[in-house]
Amino acid sequence: MIYEFFSNLFNNQVIGYIISAALPLLFFILPFVLVAVYMERKVSAHMQDRLGPMRVGWHGVLQTIADLLKLLQKEDITATANDKPLFNLAPIVVFAGSYAAFAAIPFTGAYIGSNIDLGIIYIIGATGLVVAGILMSGWASNNKYTLLGAMRAAAQIISYEIPTILVVLSLIMITGTMNLNTMSQMQTGYFWNWMILGGPGLGVTKFLLIPFMIIGFFVIYISTLAEVNRTPFDIPEAESELVSGYHTEYSGMKFSIFFLAEYANMFAVSAIVATLFFGGYQSPFGYLGNTLGAHWLVPIEQFFWFAIKGTFFVFVQMWLRWTLPRLRVDQLMAVCWKYLIPIAFVNLIIVGLITIL
Amino acid sequence: MALKTEEMILNMGPQHPSTHGVLRLELQLEGELIVNVVPHIGYLHRCFEKHAEAMTYPQVIPYTDRMDYLASMYNEFGYALAVEKLLNIEIPERVEYIRVIMGELQRIASHLVAIGTYGADIGAFTPFLFCFRDREKILSLYEMTCGARLLYNYIWVGGVSHDLHPDFLRLTKEFIDYFRPKITELNNLLSYNKIFIERTANVGILKKDVAVNYGITGPMLRASGMKWDLRKDDPYSVYDKFDFDIPVGDGRMGTVGDSWDRYFVRVLEMEESLKIIEQAIAQIPEGDVTSAIPKRIKPPVGQVYSRVENPRGELGYFIMSNGTPNPFRIKVRGPSFINLAVINELCKDLLVADVITILGSIDIVLGEVDR
Repeated sequence: MIYEFFSNLFNNQVIGYIISAALPLLFFILPFVLVAVYMERKVSAHMQDRLGPMRVGWHGVLQTIADLLKLLQKEDITATANDKPLFNLAPIVVFAGSYAAFAAIPFTGAYIGSNIDLGIIYIIGATGLVVAGILMSGWASNNKYTLLGAMRAAAQIISYEIPTILVVLSLIMITGTMNLNTMSQMQTGYFWNWMILGGPGLGVTKFLLIPFMIIGFFVIYISTLAEVNRTPFDIPEAESELVSGYHTEYSGMKFSIFFLAEYANMFAVSAIVATLFFGGYQSPFGYLGNTLGAHWLVPIEQFFWFAIKGTFFVFVQMWLRWTLPRLRVDQLMAVCWKYLIPIAFVNLIIVGLITIL
Repeated sequence: MALKTEEMILNMGPQHPSTHGVLRLELQLEGELIVNVVPHIGYLHRCFEKHAEAMTYPQVIPYTDRMDYLASMYNEFGYALAVEKLLNIEIPERVEYIRVIMGELQRIASHLVAIGTYGADIGAFTPFLFCFRDREKILSLYEMTCGARLLYNYIWVGGVSHDLHPDFLRLTKEFIDYFRPKITELNNLLSYNKIFIERTANVGILKKDVAVNYGITGPMLRASGMKWDLRKDDPYSVYDKFDFDIPVGDGRMGTVGDSWDRYFVRVLEMEESLKIIEQAIAQIPEGDVTSAIPKRIKPPVGQVYSRVENPRGELGYFIMSNGTPNPFRIKVRGPSFINLAVINELCKDLLVADVITILGSIDIVLGEVDR
């Protein structure tokens, strides 16, 4: 959508590609990461009876910028035993994987990087690239801790994709589309049209769906937590066991790219969950712009709601991180294969039966 | 024919976030499965015992502080008792009570570190800071008393260096009232957390007979179901005047002697220590605290072994005197050092993550392991 707009504007496909690819990075992800890192520090600090950053700017708001400047100045260490091409490529691959997801996420009704019909399946496929990057970094660092971390990460992310896909499938059955923009548009109106409350339909089907949608939401939220390596599933970077997992050997800008990828990923999965179950960019109670007759206001309101929902789920991730301990490798796999996948599968069958009704 | 795979040797430490100091564990791994664990110690060796031979008796006290730096007060306590036994002197009642209050506060502070870092090892970082916040209050009480927060040099042979600050008893009472609900909070946040129980229950089970054979003492032994506490079984100072329980592991979440039991015995012990402090505050007599401090310490020829229940177990001092102002020989039986020896027994056939769980539940302080 946005790509077509810029291609037509400049009458040149390449410029269209470049602008539409750079827009979310410059205007959304970088500012979001700055805010999210600050938020993580403040949330953790207040949960732990501390104040957190207070010195740089008012209540430490500029702390992340100071940290960023520090990271930029740091020496970029590459050990002689590292596999250099892989070592340098790995952060880029990881970031590319998580960034690619933003191409198909609708930020507002008027802004979506590329309005592809395979939307959600494309996102799941593209984020699969992250695993390759993590394995590359773990292997190329030539360090036993990174290797263990990378192996854990690969096993974990691949396993947890299965319950995610099963839940996504059940939603595809209800909505009949894989396009995230269409899915969001279906949930327009008031909040009782959201998928978590049975979707836009009326009658018995809607009410029958509600409990299974709630189960589906919990399954997908837990799986996405595991996919972005957040506590209680942060075993790939378990600091008390593996120092910091697959990115132990990285420093300076390469480390910050990993960091950027992690936060981008956190928002991406939160946005997907919000889009699938909570109406995406749709407002829960209609638009001010429509009431006032100022229709240009609607996309801005939509962006506001999208950011609020995404950030809320990011906040829940932080909340969990600073409350829960971490699972062990085998327990992590048990949660996935013994509980989440069977639940998601049964859920899928029941949702299928209900949609036939 | 089974596929032959090579085992991986992983050096955990001496620089590692959760070896609690400069301990090196040589892990022999089969994938993530542990085949063998060999602890390598000595990175923090400071020749305490040899050093002590060149010192006079009071000069040794600051060195005892630096052994188990999380329980300095108790190290001094043990050393002072040993030298007093050698000198055969009586000390005032008030001094005994001050020592007990200080010792039990130290036990709480030390257990708070053990519990907090244990949570951090498992991956829960918030309880760690909660524990340190509460420990801070104890350190402030110490600072008020003797000016130091970690290495005190407060308990001297024959007495203590200063009398208590006039506000000390009132503030300690306030601390007790403040701290009791915090233990409940900690239990709700960490001890009864499902994931925490999954990680620790039934992991690293230490059987009672194995524990006794390895000479394990302290909370670790009690978690294995053995009711052995020197404060009750070989009372020293004024411990026989207080009413308190000895918590033992009961396998509530798994098996007796698992990591959860070792963790939870410490939580229960903090409550017992609060009880002791309360009673001591109620009973403490007035009096002079420095009158019994000898001007010149020159014990008669002889030897003595004296032991106390340190937060980590039995801390014993063997002192041999040849009649000069310097000890001829001091030998320390450190609980951390002896408790650490059992780690290979506990870690067999578990995962890498469990080594961290078990090491944390042993609660070692490397300053005392290496001395």
